[in-house]
Amino acid sequence: MIKFVNVSKVYPNGSVALENVNLEIGKGEFVTIVGPSGAGKTTLNKLMLDEERPTEGTVLFENVDINTFSRSQITALRRRIGTVFQEFRLLPNKTAYENIAFAMEAAGKSDEEIVSDVPHVLQLVDMADRMFHFPNQLSGGEKQRLAIARAIINQPEVLIADEPTGNLDSRNTAEVIEILKKINDLGTTVILTTHDPQLIKAVGQRIISMERGRVVGDDQRAATVI
Amino acid sequence: MFWIRLKRVIKAGWVNFRRNSVVSYAAILVTTITLAVVTGLFLFQAILNASIASIQSKVDIAVYFTVNAPEDQILSLEGTLQKMPEVASVQYISADQQVLAFRDRHSNDYLTLQALDELGDNPFGGLLQITAKDPSQYEAIAQVLEGDTDIAHDNSQIIQRINYSQNKDIIDRLNNLIFNARRFGLILTLILSLVSIIIMHTTIRLTIYMAREEIGIMRLVGASGSYVRAPFLVQGMLYGAFAWLLTNIVFFPLTYLAGDKLTDLLGINLYSYYTSHFFSVSGLVLLIGLLLGMISSLMAVRRYLNV
Repeated sequence: MIKFVNVSKVYPNGSVALENVNLEIGKGEFVTIVGPSGAGKTTLNKLMLDEERPTEGTVLFENVDINTFSRSQITALRRRIGTVFQEFRLLPNKTAYENIAFAMEAAGKSDEEIVSDVPHVLQLVDMADRMFHFPNQLSGGEKQRLAIARAIINQPEVLIADEPTGNLDSRNTAEVIEILKKINDLGTTVILTTHDPQLIKAVGQRIISMERGRVVGDDQRAATVI
Repeated sequence: MFWIRLKRVIKAGWVNFRRNSVVSYAAILVTTITLAVVTGLFLFQAILNASIASIQSKVDIAVYFTVNAPEDQILSLEGTLQKMPEVASVQYISADQQVLAFRDRHSNDYLTLQALDELGDNPFGGLLQITAKDPSQYEAIAQVLEGDTDIAHDNSQIIQRINYSQNKDIIDRLNNLIFNARRFGLILTLILSLVSIIIMHTTIRLTIYMAREEIGIMRLVGASGSYVRAPFLVQGMLYGAFAWLLTNIVFFPLTYLAGDKLTDLLGINLYSYYTSHFFSVSGLVLLIGLLLGMISSLMAVRRYLNV
C-alpha cells in the first residue's frame, strides 16, 4: 500500500533525516516504527503525508509516486490518511465537536452525516461528555483521544500515529493503544511511531527499527513474541 | 454543495471572528482608523473644492460701456456671451443701477455726491459682469471681447474698457493657487491612504500569523486550500464591515457638529454634504474596507497554505 524506494531526506541545514530507506507497508498491517529521537521517524510520516518531499527516491501510495501529486491530489490523499500527532495539533478555537466536524466538512460530508457521526465517534473514544469543550479545557489523554477521533472520522485507509503517547501517562497510553488496536481490527492500516520500549511490548506485530535515518531492523514476528 | 460550503464558510468566519475577540477588536480598531482617514480625506476634498469655488465666484470680468451705449445692443451682447460654453453667468448692471450703487457706496461722502449732482447727467455707462466656469477661461472670454473677433468689432464702439488685463495678475495667481491646492490635496490623500492601508494590511497579516499553525493543521486533516482560505476572507470582510460602522458612528456626530459650528469657516455644511453624499462617500469607504480586509487576508493566508 505504501512503499519507500531508496528514500533519502536531507534538510536545507545539511542534517540527514533519512538515508536510503526501503520499506513496504501492506494493507491492514499494524506497523510500529521505533527508534530514538532524531532517528527519522517523524520525517518518514511527513513524507507519507507529502508534508515534506524526499531529496532522493520515491514514496508510493498504491503504486503512485505521491511527489508527483497536484495540490488537490495531496488534499485527497490526506483524506485517506488519518493522522495523530504527539502534540495533538487540535484546532484551538473549535470545540471537540467542531474539531471533528471540520475534518468531515473538509471531506465534503453532509450536515446530516456530521450530526449523526460526530457524537458516535466521540462516544467511541469515551469523550461524549466533553463534546462542547475547547482543547484547552481537556486533559492530555482527552486531547489525544479527540485527535484519534478526528483522525478516524472519515474512515481513512491508513492511520499514522506519530508518538501519540509521548505526552500521556501510563493509563492514558494503554487506552490510546487499545483504541489503535481496535481501529486496526476494523481493517485500517496503522503506522505507529514511538521511542518508548514499553509501548513496543504492548503493540507487537511488525516492528521497524530506525537509527540515524536508516532502517536497522524489520521484525515481522514481533507479534508472536508477546 | 456550493450553498452548504458557503454557509459553513460564513459560519466559520463569524465564529472565528467572535472567538478571537481581542484580535478582532484590534483589527477593527486599526481598520476604523484607515477608513476614518479615507473618509476624512473625502471631506477634506469637499472643503477644498468648496473653498476654491467660493474664491472663484469672487473673480469676474467687468465690461464697462460708454455712457451712450444703446441698452438693446448691451443686452444683445449679454445674450451672446451667455451662450459661450466658458461662461457661467453674465449679469447686466444698468447705468441707473450703477449711479444708485455709487451713491449708496458714498452716502457719507458729501463732496463726492455734490460733484455728482453738479454733473447733472449720469456719468456712468452700463456694465456686464461675466463669471467664467473656470478661472483659466477668463483669458479666452477676454480674447473674444478684445481680440480680432466679430463680437469685438461689432461692439468696439460701445465698449469703454474691459478690466481683464487689470485683474490678470490676480486671476493667474488664483489659477496657480487652485492648481497647487488640488495637487497638494491629491498628494496628501494618496500618502495618507497608502500609510493607513499599509498599517491595516500589516495588522490583518498579524492576526492571521497567529493562526498559521491552525492553517497547517487544517491542511493536514484534508481541507483544501480554498476551504481553509474562505473563512479568513469572511473574517477580513467582517473587520471591514464593523470598521465601516464605527467610522459612521464617529463621523455622523462629528460632521453634525462641524455643520452646526463651522459652516461659515469651511464654506460648506459638512453634515449636509456627508448625508447627501452618503452612498457615494460612505459606500465607497465600505467597499474599500471590505476589499482591503479581503485582500489582506488572502495575501496573509497564502503564505501559510504551503503545507
